[in-house]
Parts: sequence; C-alpha cells; structure tokens
Amino acid sequence: MKILVTVKRVIDPYIKVRVRADQSAVETDGVKMAMNPFCENALEEALRWREAGIANEVVVLSVGNDSCVETLRTALAIGADRAIHVKAANTPQPLATAKIITAVAKREDPGVIWMGKQGIDGDYNQTGQMTAALLGWGQGLFLSSAKFADGVVTGESEVDSGIRVIQVKTPCVLTADLRLNEARYATLPNIMKAKKKPFETLTPEELSVDASDRLTTLIVNTPPPRAGGVRVADVAELVSKLREEAKVIA
Amino acid sequence: MSALIIVEHDNQTVRENIRAVVTCARQVADSVTALVIGDNCRAVADATAAIAGIDKVKLVQHAALAHGISENCAPIIAAESAGMTHVLMAAGAQAREWLPRAAALADMQMITDVIAVNAPDTFVRPLYAGNALATVQSSDSVKFMSIRPTAFAPIEGAGSASVEEISGGADSGQTTFIEARTSSSDHPELTTAKIVVSGGRGVGSAENFQLLETLANKLSAAVGASRAAVDAGYVPNDYQVGQTGKIVAPDLYIAIGISGAIQHIAGMKDSKCIVAINKDPDAPIFEIADYGLVADLFEALPQLQAALE
Repeated sequence: MKILVTVKRVIDPYIKVRVRADQSAVETDGVKMAMNPFCENALEEALRWREAGIANEVVVLSVGNDSCVETLRTALAIGADRAIHVKAANTPQPLATAKIITAVAKREDPGVIWMGKQGIDGDYNQTGQMTAALLGWGQGLFLSSAKFADGVVTGESEVDSGIRVIQVKTPCVLTADLRLNEARYATLPNIMKAKKKPFETLTPEELSVDASDRLTTLIVNTPPPRAGGVRVADVAELVSKLREEAKVIA
Repeated sequence: MSALIIVEHDNQTVRENIRAVVTCARQVADSVTALVIGDNCRAVADATAAIAGIDKVKLVQHAALAHGISENCAPIIAAESAGMTHVLMAAGAQAREWLPRAAALADMQMITDVIAVNAPDTFVRPLYAGNALATVQSSDSVKFMSIRPTAFAPIEGAGSASVEEISGGADSGQTTFIEARTSSSDHPELTTAKIVVSGGRGVGSAENFQLLETLANKLSAAVGASRAAVDAGYVPNDYQVGQTGKIVAPDLYIAIGISGAIQHIAGMKDSKCIVAINKDPDAPIFEIADYGLVADLFEALPQLQAALE
C-alpha cells in the first residue's frame, strides 16, 4: 500500500504571532516557520506503518508557495520516500486544498491519506474531512490511536465525550491528533540522503483545479488583551475577592 | 435569508448549546429550520420544537444514523442545505466531523469557529489559537459555519415549531461505530458550566486530581485540564481545554498548576474571571489571571476547600 501524507508549512508553534501593521494578515516575513505539528504526527504514523510492512511507499505532499519546498525536504529527511509540491501563490483555503489533494490522490492511488487534524495557523479543521468527501472515502478523524489490519483501520477518535472507537475501510482519509505518537527528527545522514530523493512540482492548473478563494479576509486584528489582574497574598484574600469584588461565588 | 441549524444530541436529549446556535441563526436569517439526524430520536425533535426561535424541525431517523457517522450523516446535511442561505452548528467534535464533509459535498467553503456576525455574509473568527481575529466575507451561496456557543447568548424561552419527518439515511458501509468510551462524571458539562476547576501538570498525578474533583463538587463546577495533564494520563482527553480541546467561557475559571501555554489560554481566555494558583511566580498564566496566588497547590487547595465550607 502507498500512503500519501500532507504536510503544511506554518509559523513555528512556539512563536508568538503578531498582526501586520496594515491589518491584512498575520506577519510571516522573517518569522521562523516549521512543519505543522499535527502533520508531523501524520508523517510519523505513515513511517511506522511502512516500517511495520503495512505500507511500501510514503509520498509527502505540500500545497503552497516556494517555501513549502523546505518543509517537503524536511519530510524527506525525516523518512518519506518521495515529495510532491503543488505550487500556489498563497496557501489555498481548505476546500481548494482538498480539491488539490483529491486530484493528486487520483493520480497516486494511495490506500490511505494521513493528514494533520488541523493547521495551527488558520485553525479550520476541515481539509481532511473535505478531501474524504470529494474522494467519496471514509474518514477517521482526530485519531490518538490507529491500527491497520486486513484493509480496515481501527481508530480511536478524540471526541467531546471521550473516545470513540471506529473502523474505517481503506481507502480512507485519517487525521492525526498529537497523542497519536511522538514524531521523530531528521538525522544528519538522512538530511544528505533526502537531497537525492524524487521531488515533483505541479500546479493547480496542471491538476485542473480551481483553487480560488471563497472567503475574502477584510481585516485581521489583535484581540484586546485581558487587563492585568492582581496578586493576592493568601487563600483568605482570594476568597474575599471572589465573593465581594468579582461576585462569582456565594 | 433562511438558516438550517444542525441539532447535536445523543438520540435522547438535545445538547444545551443549541440555544446559542439559534441566537446566531437569528442574526443572519429570518427563518430557522432545525435538522435532527439520528435514530429513535423523536423525543429530540419534539424537545427542539419547544425551543424559542425555531420555525420548523426536520427529523431524519435511520439505524445508520444512530452514532453520528459522518459518511452517513453529512450527505443529508448537504441535501437539506439546498435553498438555505446558512447552515449552522455549534463548534465541537460533532460539527468537525459533519460540517466540512457536508460543505465539500455542496461545494461550499465552510467557516470554522464564528464568534461574531457583522453581516449575513461577514463573520469574525479566531486564527492562531485566538492570537488573531479575522473578519472574513463569504462569496458562497450557502454559508456553512460552526459557531462558538460561548460567543452567543443562548436564546431564552419556549417555542412551538412543527416537526416534519423526512425519509433518508443509508449506510455507506465505509465506517463502522465500535464503541464509545465516555468518562463517567457527576460534574456539569465543561462547555456550559458556570465554574470550571482546571488542573495542569503541576497537579502531579491522577490521585492528586481528586483534590480538584473535591473542590469542583463544592462549587458545582466542571473539571478541566491542560493538554500536559491529559498527556501525563492524569485525566481523560475529554477534560482538555485549549486550542484543540474544548473552548470554555465560564463565569469563574480556576487554573491550578497550569503554566499557561498559548494553546491552553486559547481555550479559556474569554472566561469572565480567571484565578491562577501556581507555585511558579513567573508562570505565564498570571499575565491573564484576574487573581493570581503564588502558592503550593497542596497547601492552597485544602485551605480553599475549608474557606468555602
């Protein structure tokens, strides 16, 4: 089985983001970028499945501008076999991204598409579900555990009331939660080897996908910060403040 | 303008956050239809019909719809979205499973986590764990949106909508429900509780979390946790508050042994009053807390418990 893994380039999760002065977007120029954390878990799971003999090839896909090449090179260095970059001026919105992934999946015919459950930039949490819809495939979402046997994935999905266990037939789209695994890092010898791995560049036009935006961003603001509070000396002062000032307890 | 709102339920009771969805729907549309998808869930449709602000309830019952499997449920939402201007659902795990799939089937770009309506096609939503707010305008004919229930005041009062049962439902055969592992808890639901007592890695163990459970009982509060506490195995995943967990906005949020990672703050910063108890005076949680107490939680919690007697 072939596994397709999508990887997104986002601002490093440990960086505090700031809005551009013209309020058009969050500033990304000169900001440290990284692979979306959930995509790291998706890639890790695919590599483990290859090591377990479930898969024989792991293909990584990224959609976006030229800087995605770096993220794909990282994915190859971590262990993916082959990379596909679908070059788009800016990161397309989830529906357009799902259409691009669908078009690539139709060319590649993977048994499973592993994706991160959401990008930590746009926080949409849509692209996996939309890709599954467009392909007409099953979906296993926010997985903290996934086991493959006989063409069926048994997954533990993190939902509001706890854990939901489902079985999804392949081909399917699976999305990773952080508790799925602990992602490995690239080692120096593998970074060197990654440079020789196959790398293909495509465009939405070549895939016959209309990647235009449906949402127009009018303005991006920084939310008003919470006014700084006070330190209380002890529990007695805390309880008195909660009762008499905030009036939140009886 | 006509809105379709998708009802969240367990085939028996309606989740309380539907009232916030009705409030949002009334801001974008003048007619509101509620859609109940499930199995043996007539009672849910009847209860929905008795909520103010809903004009009509549509009910689809089928064995393949019993467990909310998206492959079976989303096509019904996509079909029922025809002729609507908006499809709304409370943001949460169920909406994340259903709405993007339904929106893609209808060729619409969904809008996640709406926190304000500026116009019927213009909405405010958070990005980057709430560190930025984007105002977006949709060019789609049907706006699929998940809305943050904490951002809209629940509609009050009763209604008397008609219930129409429509046929539908089929098993795609792709995905099978095996079991639900729910943690039994006597506490109120995290997302609608007035008070939340939440613990982090600083709590130290599952046994120590009992101190928080006891305090929560005293305050009729829900119990939450940071990702670190869930990862450490102190509490189950459904306790998690944060960017990828639950979003809460209670009157009082008591953060105990929580350092205050931005991903956690994203899930609770709209609480009316935030209390932080942490032994590290430099913990970032103090920057957003209304009342900060630098203390060892094993000393502070019993004192707090005693002070509330």
